[in-house]
Amino acid sequence: MAHSYTPGLKVLKNTEILKERRLPLKGQVESKIGDIVKPDDIVANTDLPGNVQMINVANQLNIDAGDIEDYMIKDSGESIKKNDLMAETKGIFGFFKSSVFSPVDGTVESISTVTGQVVLREAPIPVEIDAYIEGQIDAVISEEGVVVKANGVFIQGIFGIGGESRGKIKSIVDNRDSVITKDMITSESKGKIIVGGSFISLDAYKKAIACEVAGVVVGGFNYYDLEDVLGYTLGVAITGSEDIVTSLIVTEGYGKIQMGQQTFDLLTSHNGRLASINGATQIRAGVIRPEIIIPTTDSTNQSEGAKKTLGIVEGSLVRVIRSPNFGQIGKVKELPSELRKMESETMVRIAIIEIDENLFEIPRSNLEVVETD
Amino acid sequence: MIKTILATDCGSTTTKAILIEKINNEYRLTYRGEAPTTVEAPFEDVTKGVLNAVMEIEELSNRQILNDETIITPQKGEIGVDIYISTSSAGGGLQMMVAGVVKSMTGESAERAALGAGSIVMDVLASNDGRKPHEKITRIRQLRPDMILLSGGIDGGTTKHVVELAEILAAANPQPRLGQEYKLPVIYAGNKKATSDIKKTLGDLTDLDVTENIRPVLEKENLKPSRDKIHDLFMEHVMQQAPGYRKLMSWTDAPIMPTPGAVGALIEMVAEKESISVVGVDIGGATTDIFSVFQSQFNRTVSANLGMSYSICNVLAEASLENVLRWVPFDIDEKELINRIGNKMIRPTTVPQSLEELVIEQAIAREALRLSFIQHKEFAVNLKGVQKERTISDAFEQSDSGQSLVNMMELDLIVGSGGVLSHAPRREQSAKMLIDSFLPEGITSLAVDSIFMMPQLGVMANIENNELAEQARKAALEVFEKDCLIRLGTCIAPVGKFEGRDAILKAKLEFNDGKEKEISLDSGQLVFIDADFQEIDITLTPSKGVDVGAGANEVIHTKIYGGQVGIIFDCRGRPLKISDEINDRISDLKNWSNALNEYTSLEV
Repeated sequence: MAHSYTPGLKVLKNTEILKERRLPLKGQVESKIGDIVKPDDIVANTDLPGNVQMINVANQLNIDAGDIEDYMIKDSGESIKKNDLMAETKGIFGFFKSSVFSPVDGTVESISTVTGQVVLREAPIPVEIDAYIEGQIDAVISEEGVVVKANGVFIQGIFGIGGESRGKIKSIVDNRDSVITKDMITSESKGKIIVGGSFISLDAYKKAIACEVAGVVVGGFNYYDLEDVLGYTLGVAITGSEDIVTSLIVTEGYGKIQMGQQTFDLLTSHNGRLASINGATQIRAGVIRPEIIIPTTDSTNQSEGAKKTLGIVEGSLVRVIRSPNFGQIGKVKELPSELRKMESETMVRIAIIEIDENLFEIPRSNLEVVETD
Repeated sequence: MIKTILATDCGSTTTKAILIEKINNEYRLTYRGEAPTTVEAPFEDVTKGVLNAVMEIEELSNRQILNDETIITPQKGEIGVDIYISTSSAGGGLQMMVAGVVKSMTGESAERAALGAGSIVMDVLASNDGRKPHEKITRIRQLRPDMILLSGGIDGGTTKHVVELAEILAAANPQPRLGQEYKLPVIYAGNKKATSDIKKTLGDLTDLDVTENIRPVLEKENLKPSRDKIHDLFMEHVMQQAPGYRKLMSWTDAPIMPTPGAVGALIEMVAEKESISVVGVDIGGATTDIFSVFQSQFNRTVSANLGMSYSICNVLAEASLENVLRWVPFDIDEKELINRIGNKMIRPTTVPQSLEELVIEQAIAREALRLSFIQHKEFAVNLKGVQKERTISDAFEQSDSGQSLVNMMELDLIVGSGGVLSHAPRREQSAKMLIDSFLPEGITSLAVDSIFMMPQLGVMANIENNELAEQARKAALEVFEKDCLIRLGTCIAPVGKFEGRDAILKAKLEFNDGKEKEISLDSGQLVFIDADFQEIDITLTPSKGVDVGAGANEVIHTKIYGGQVGIIFDCRGRPLKISDEINDRISDLKNWSNALNEYTSLEV
């Protein structure tokens, strides 16, 4: 049978999920293999080096940099409080002294006799990593973090904003064509992950932020509205560090596009269940897609889908990811091997797709397999 | 004697292999293969992708190159190859941070050295960059570069500022991007009087290497020692940390070069050999690289977020929708267009199926190229800060240091590469994209790199082993001429104030079959003459005030070449003015497009 490798987004009902939780620098791991963890449990922590302040003491005292050590009150390695005297000239008969005071609490890290600079380091900044998902510690990465294992639903979106979040799933539309409107979002959605159909308007999303909704999962959003939310134009799809209360996960793309049937059914069937989501997206080598994880206790009948990515074969369910027919889902009828000329005169390998009982020739690279189990 | 050369380029998504063989006393490209790059999980070994790409060559050529997962060198009988070389930009390429005391002087020289070596410059730190020390420290910590190049001060000058920069680096204590176990490589190429203080400040914290000052005196830039040092450290440190590279390095007969460094080396060599001015461009999914050689000076710039997929929305943001639409010969819903471009960013591997999609994609490419070239022109300049003795005549010219070296009238050849240029359905489209975005003046040859083999040829041209160097260089040039470049033809663009005038230029062409053609050109016209790659004698007679390269009113008699497209006379003027009125714009764009047979359905 003809076969084509086209990676797609995962929509998995019941799979094994492994999440690596790693510190940015080495530190202490707080969990051990086998521990059962909740999303908010701290699994590892460390201290990042404190902020640094550089003060040109020689300039401020109007002395030669080479003489700075004669005027320092505090030595390298000594701790210092904000407004403590750090360096001082002797003055004339004890008068007309020039002094330098510390602008921060910290320690004197270094004193340069070449430039006259004194480096002060503030207190370390503690960093904690939580478990993110409900599950069990599967592995410990020495001094760096853990791997949390869970079984359950794993869905990837195409694009998102906002980082990790969690909350109970709340489906607020009847079908995958429906649009989330402003009036559908109320204070009852606070802390929840709301699921919509084909689109959420800017107004509705802003209301979700105002109501402190934990997350929105929806088929489409306007690219040009992102600027209003982020305060800048998103030129490159690298997201996740935005300071937004409500993470947004778009499952299909920009514009109004009905959510995939499998995605919609799976999310709505888990109404009320606790989910962990992450809007972080990175579309470059080492691609990261936003995700929705709903841990379940069921470890039977697990799909193999998460472990191996099947390509397109005849009969595969695929999504068209470029105009024309953008956003439509169809079934692969045939995978001819020869190159075909498109309207643009581009010569490409195509797939013949059946959409609503009509056949279309579509470049294989404009198709995405819908991975289901 | 070298009979066969195998070369690979490990890109961030694809590893490309080419086989070059000596046939009838000349080197030719015979086979090529490609496979997905395997630097990332689940493989985490670059050599797997290399072996897969080479296996494809084995299958196509029916020749054994591999034995037990290694490349057989040198060739024994008909088995193996004589030389194996490689370039790499996998894993994000070489990412550097550079520092100099004065941003527009040593800062710029350091940036030029790093870019010339093929790296991506993440930031330029300078004493006068307007940031406070703690802001610089935060920035260094966030970026986590692979390597830092520190420069500053002329030899014997004041040491204070450059040591201050070193203190900032020390306070930030930067950690390398790859591998937590090794110290970050730092190259010091500044005032030699400050060397001992720099060693004292950074010696313990970093892996410090000292080389010659990048700017020993204000009037001279000395980039080569720093560029060489960057290449050495790229091999010794950065590559050692990338998965599988230690093994790959043991296979190659010459050091692995960063991909853009190799392309630059090749373009420099071609410009030197032919004594011409060249602009090379590689427009990718995320970035656009521009290389140029003018007045024998090489420059490279990377426009980090001007690309055709990953960063396509940034092109839209920087160029504005209005400028993209300048190139679209039909009316379109603007909001829908923005969403479409957004969808290309999040699904970067898609191809334009409809003609409308193709036209829009090529419109965006024009803007990405135009903006990248503006950045290049601003960077490729004379040394700044050089004091000049002025005569009274100079005072009238107002010439200053820091002038762009890029002179479009002087430019002889533009080479385009990257998917949107190399794989455009019609070569006319590539030629027109190059003309519209670079706006060449006078007589300029146009070419595209057929399968982007410039990186591999660049390494071949730079093999240092004396026994192999000469033949490898010869092979690189021969393959570049015969198999790498697709000659599109020549663009002839008169400049001057001729708007609205008729008969601004007369041209007489004599083809090698003896046929002759004479034409008269009016302002605003784009005229195309079909001509294969052949030498054509041409006489160009400009009307009053019009310049085609020899100065206003001056007649030119020279030789030009046709190509897969032919000869294009661009009399639209410089700068190119496109009407703001939508119907006029669409009409002009269609006329120009039809003149070149650019698209099917737009033909009237």
